[in-house]
Amino acid sequence: MSSLRICPVGDQAVLCEFDNVIDVQTNDRVQYLAAQIRAAHPKGVTEVLPTYRSLLIFYDQGKTTYQKLLPVIKKFSAAQTAETQEKKRIRIVPCHYGGEEGPDLGEMSRELGRSEAEIIQIHQSVDYKIYMLGFLPGFVYLGGLDERIHMPRLSIPRTKIPARSVGIGGSQTGVYPMDSPGGWRLIGRTPLSFYDQTNDPPVLCHAGEYIRFVSVTEQEYALIRQDVKNKVYQPEFA
Amino acid sequence: MSMHILQAGPLTTVQDRGRFGYMEYGITASGVMDTLAYTQLVSLLANEPDAAVLEMTLMGAELVFEEDVCAAYTGADMQAVYDGNIPVERGRVYRIEKGHRLRFGMAKNGVRAYFAIAGTIEVPSVMGSRSTNLKCGLGGFKGRKLQNGDAIPIRVREFSEAEQKRLLKKTVSQMDYEREKTVRVILGPQKEMFTEEGVRTFLETPYTVSVESDRMGIRLEGKKVLAEGNTDIISDGIVFGSVQITTAGLPIVMMADHQTTGGYAKIATVIQEDLPILAQAGPGDQIRFAQADLKKLQKHSPGSFLRMLFGGR
Repeated sequence: MSSLRICPVGDQAVLCEFDNVIDVQTNDRVQYLAAQIRAAHPKGVTEVLPTYRSLLIFYDQGKTTYQKLLPVIKKFSAAQTAETQEKKRIRIVPCHYGGEEGPDLGEMSRELGRSEAEIIQIHQSVDYKIYMLGFLPGFVYLGGLDERIHMPRLSIPRTKIPARSVGIGGSQTGVYPMDSPGGWRLIGRTPLSFYDQTNDPPVLCHAGEYIRFVSVTEQEYALIRQDVKNKVYQPEFA
Repeated sequence: MSMHILQAGPLTTVQDRGRFGYMEYGITASGVMDTLAYTQLVSLLANEPDAAVLEMTLMGAELVFEEDVCAAYTGADMQAVYDGNIPVERGRVYRIEKGHRLRFGMAKNGVRAYFAIAGTIEVPSVMGSRSTNLKCGLGGFKGRKLQNGDAIPIRVREFSEAEQKRLLKKTVSQMDYEREKTVRVILGPQKEMFTEEGVRTFLETPYTVSVESDRMGIRLEGKKVLAEGNTDIISDGIVFGSVQITTAGLPIVMMADHQTTGGYAKIATVIQEDLPILAQAGPGDQIRFAQADLKKLQKHSPGSFLRMLFGGR
């Protein structure tokens, strides 16, 4: 059973810390507690922020206090067992690998001594867990990238990476939700918008879900992109 | 009907109380840095409690209106002048006639001033807020800071002559911002990563506000806070007021535009009531941290802080 440490964050939030590791089991506990708090919305709680191994629970000091929330949080965390994990939700994320959208795939192939097709196959073969969102709106921190395609970041970061680029940086893979500077190796682009302020909610993915990349042709990419733009695209789950 | 920005100043943005409920998507709250000056301003003008205002930084804007407005400003003293030579004080409502210029100058006391009219700034509400999120180009006026020549849509609240008379008599007392300040903190959540001596250093020595401070964070210079070892942590959530200690051992207090998550250990968290002090801290100002006791702070029934902010409403 995991450890749980609860402590105050100033006079505005409560931090619930599980084991000091990045792994699926620990993050499942974080997501489970977050779901419990969201569903119960205890008096005074304003929002929750799940991260790799901890949950931040914000509250309105005008409506509750740290001391009042403690027993509520302890009750939820005690109810938690290994069996309480929810069923995996795996979101299909189409990706057009290589070409103009993935300008670093060729260089990666040379450096890793693997064909582009092999790198694509390895990248698609894992269901990546979304541990948390942060850094940019809709930016997903994914776990599970195969060691065979770990790749150091570019020594000189690009000043502008187009939104929806799929990249690899060290032991991480992910998607740039908006145009942004960055040093990840770009291997493709998805037609899905990970962040769009005109959508409600404005982000595509939620912490706790899984992502599976699926290779699509340039043509399919263009068709899906059109649907996403017209807001008629139907999300797919495995 | 518009408010014309003749001179925008270095960093003038539209802000309100903030964009709440989107932290878990990686979208920070933004909103005004100085919630106290903001609350004073909206209540002075009898605007909605989450009304949009202009936040001006270090140097103010020059404005002109297409119709007569009642307006006021709070926060930093920016030596405002109306019609070329009439001094405009903080915390008082004035009538600004159409076509006549209102000019804010250098902040001579404090850093951030807040300006609003009796009425509304008519920028669209995005995710429930009119605050500008500069990093994401979200909200406010076109998601950016104001520029010379911008015309900001506004709507003047309509009121009777008697109401206007009453409004023009209203005042709210304004602070003199000291150059040496003390802010109260609750230690943690990662206090254990620092040595006892490190925590003592943090609580007992003064720190100087760096010129690199901005809406994301107040960077401080001074004596290094010693740690037990490496202070990198597995990234976790950050709040407005989190005090991170950088690899160099120096504190940064995370402010309104902070990232939602981060990987530096946080030695302490500034209490909400004292954040406005930091919002008005300029380069060279001295900050001391004092330990507060959460139990004592929250002992008096929930709501005491809000009652203080809203003046008993």
